[in-house]
Amino acid sequence: MEVRHAFEIASSWILIVLLVGIPLYGWVKGVKVYEAFVEGAKEGFNVAVRIIPFLVAILASVGAFRGAGAMDALAKVLAPITGPLGLPAEVLPMALVRPLSGSGALGLLGNIFATPGLGPDSYAGRLGSVLQGSTETTFYVLSVYCGSVGIVRYRHALAAGLLADFTGLTASVTIARMLWA
Amino acid sequence: MRGMNLVFVLLLVGAAIVGAVRGDVKAVGQGAFEGASQGVTLAIGLIGVMALWLGLMRIAEKAGLVEKLARAARPVFRPLFPAIPDGHPAISAMLLNIAANMMGLGNAATPFGIKAMEELEKLNPTPGTATNAQVLFLAINTASLQLVPTTVIALRASAQSSDPAGILLPTLIATVCALTVAILAAKLLERVWK
Repeated sequence: MEVRHAFEIASSWILIVLLVGIPLYGWVKGVKVYEAFVEGAKEGFNVAVRIIPFLVAILASVGAFRGAGAMDALAKVLAPITGPLGLPAEVLPMALVRPLSGSGALGLLGNIFATPGLGPDSYAGRLGSVLQGSTETTFYVLSVYCGSVGIVRYRHALAAGLLADFTGLTASVTIARMLWA
Repeated sequence: MRGMNLVFVLLLVGAAIVGAVRGDVKAVGQGAFEGASQGVTLAIGLIGVMALWLGLMRIAEKAGLVEKLARAARPVFRPLFPAIPDGHPAISAMLLNIAANMMGLGNAATPFGIKAMEELEKLNPTPGTATNAQVLFLAINTASLQLVPTTVIALRASAQSSDPAGILLPTLIATVCALTVAILAAKLLERVWK
């Protein structure tokens, strides 16, 4: 708890330093800060609109996949294989959802915490926590960042991102097995 | 974009097959529509923070702060991004994005990241196709860089965990592993994946 509070306070201060410091520094340097701000801010709307098609493409297909129950079906097929490796059936759906939906994975983690017999201090609860913190919503990151500049050919970005997620998963399971199994 | 084309088709076909087998085809369409509007909601929700940070970035640019930052970050970024000229604004945007990610300031990280992609795109001889620098930057962003996973710790605390922050060090170790592989994969695959 102590760590989190200290960190949150530090984060808030950094935010304020940037928020106040940048305009103040610009003003001292003789920049017309108000005009410059408005000019830059204008771009915000365009960028947000530009990424819409990319986000709709990925989130609609993921939505269809999850809505169909395909994620649960996939988890059921894979669980007998991953279970003995240290990735139990309770955490597997979360590992599968993580690269596709951050809020989805967090919701599944909340479910693990709330399940009687599991909870945050169980093996599944701890593994899920580490997994959530060490992997990223790769598809969302790629859609937003590539969409903002109109990149449609990602080259090896998807492979690298998914490899990173897989490494995060493998490392989480390995560490969880050493510490909490 | 064979990668994303494949992902797109696999997700949709997989959804249709499983939906048909389970006899719940209606849920497939419903899921797709929900996802689509979620995409728009997310993008619209970004407008405010995007405008705020891009406005601040413009001030920083005009004050010469962006270039100063880029020059200061040179020793770290040079070996990773050899194609970017010294003092280029892409470097400061990437630096700010990574710093914001580490501090868990997601609201600031995304605008800085988009700014970085825009600056990198100015150096792109083949618009529409990601450059090596862009792929490496994306790879770094797909490794979760946050030093302290505050959301997870808060969720654990609210679920009455006896040790909410006990996952801190393990998470950091797993993150470092993921980041290392992300950078290595981006660097090694750039030679074969043209």
